[in-house]
Amino acid sequence: MASLTEQNTIDRLDVLRQELDVDKIRADFPILGIECHGKPLVYLDNAATSQTPRQVVESISDYYYTKNANVHRGVHMLSQVATDAYESARNKIAQFIGAHVGCEIIFTKGTTEAINLVAQTYGRKHIRTGDEILITYMEHHSNIVPWQMLCEETGAVLKVVPINDDGEMIMEEFDALLSEKTKLVSVVHVSNALGTVNPIETIIEKAHALGVPVLLDGAQSTPHMPIDVKALDVDFFACSAHKMYGPTGLGILYGKATLLEEMPPFHGGGDMILSVTFEKTVFNTLPYKFEAGTPPIAGVVALGATVDYLKSIGMEKIAAYEAALLDYGTEALLKVDGVKLIGTAKEKAGVLSFTMESAHPHDIGQILDDHGVAIRTGHHCAQPVMKRFNVAATARASLAMYNTREEIDALVLALEDVNKVFA
Amino acid sequence: MSDSRALYEQVILDHNKNPRNYKKLEGADQSIEGFNPLCGDHFTVHLNFDGETISEIAFEGSGCAISKSSASVMTTILKGKTRQEAEALFKTFHDMITADPETPIDETALGKLRVFAGVREFPVRIKCATLAWHALHSAIAGDADPVSTEA
Repeated sequence: MASLTEQNTIDRLDVLRQELDVDKIRADFPILGIECHGKPLVYLDNAATSQTPRQVVESISDYYYTKNANVHRGVHMLSQVATDAYESARNKIAQFIGAHVGCEIIFTKGTTEAINLVAQTYGRKHIRTGDEILITYMEHHSNIVPWQMLCEETGAVLKVVPINDDGEMIMEEFDALLSEKTKLVSVVHVSNALGTVNPIETIIEKAHALGVPVLLDGAQSTPHMPIDVKALDVDFFACSAHKMYGPTGLGILYGKATLLEEMPPFHGGGDMILSVTFEKTVFNTLPYKFEAGTPPIAGVVALGATVDYLKSIGMEKIAAYEAALLDYGTEALLKVDGVKLIGTAKEKAGVLSFTMESAHPHDIGQILDDHGVAIRTGHHCAQPVMKRFNVAATARASLAMYNTREEIDALVLALEDVNKVFA
Repeated sequence: MSDSRALYEQVILDHNKNPRNYKKLEGADQSIEGFNPLCGDHFTVHLNFDGETISEIAFEGSGCAISKSSASVMTTILKGKTRQEAEALFKTFHDMITADPETPIDETALGKLRVFAGVREFPVRIKCATLAWHALHSAIAGDADPVSTEA
């Protein structure tokens, strides 16, 4: 029998589910209908990669069937059609994250490459021996290693803001570490291993008060909440298409035009130049200066279709439903014997990272797979987080807009089976 | 891929719950670490020798059911074996576990180790099952450095 609070959570969830029309959304994702070991697939590994709706998949085939040519090159009709499709997708993507000018959007291979781009261009130009780069203890390796490499090269120092036992940034420590030596703050918006949503407005305000630019790693926030880079006044913002229901192999770097303008190029090659002689090369304007070589055109067109799809649903509605689903999932998981949640921040997005007394995360993941339940196990590319919580690994269920409370129930049943097998 | 019931044999679950020879050997002739950086599994294998013969063997550390039970079963069968016999068993075990799942297994040569045959169906778990064995292999070869599955 559900308690009154639990019944409230369920009622609220069911109302939001109706409002979002989750059943209609699920019908757009054919992969959600497949079976895994004879059981319906329960896909709860969305923080690793999300699934892709039919509308996006069809935009890829439509591109190859009717528009495919290289961009910014040919005088022929198809080249113009492909260029228009590519650039109109760039504008849609810019609007989706609140950047009003398309030229502030640079396409990369993913969030990782976007952060490396900033480290290798902005970083190399502006960061010197003794300067400091400020990150947090909850960063993904992709927001640690590029800065370590830059520090190694320049003699700059990497400073790390500690986190508390709930997995929240300790703001007093941030205040103490932020100084006139700080040349860049690079923080994760939503932690992939803990689900923590960082207080980015405060972080940006405090950094800007000292004239320090801020990079936000938005890989885990973009799929789950509205993003407005202009309202945030953030300097750089990075995210990945495949975590926001789009295609693999594509990421976005947003940068303020004033910063991007004066940054040196990242890669050299075609498309990023205006003219080349053996004596001198003149670099192209934004955003092409940072897009050497033929870009992932079909992927960009597909990401344009992805943001159309997300806009038609509404990010506010998605965020509200997922928050209610997270509440339901948190209550449900804590009822399973021996489950301990890792990451209990007050502000959290759809990540349930946990350990169990009876079994190692690897074994949890294996038994869950028998039940058709897909989760991630391991260190989630965040080894410092694992060390902070004194665990080698966690099991992580991560939510998306198409997940349901029935799927959380299937997860709980499978976890009870883990307890039986390893009793 | 098959159901993991084929993986978690009763013997494996038992050794996971009640690992044998799970202790530190103070002043052991050889102690060598094995770790898997991808999942954080970490074991130390301790060995005492009487000439060429393993007179005592123990292990400690943490890991999943497969890596822990494999280390435990290993310690139960190696006591009293010579270095050469231990190496031969490592090879037999390694060959079995990395073989195609359809390959018939040599039950006589493998003895108790045959309970790990199910691992062949789950390629990502091979590193779990062989972690302690790789540490042993290095110890016998006289290495002192920790062994990594990703080296």
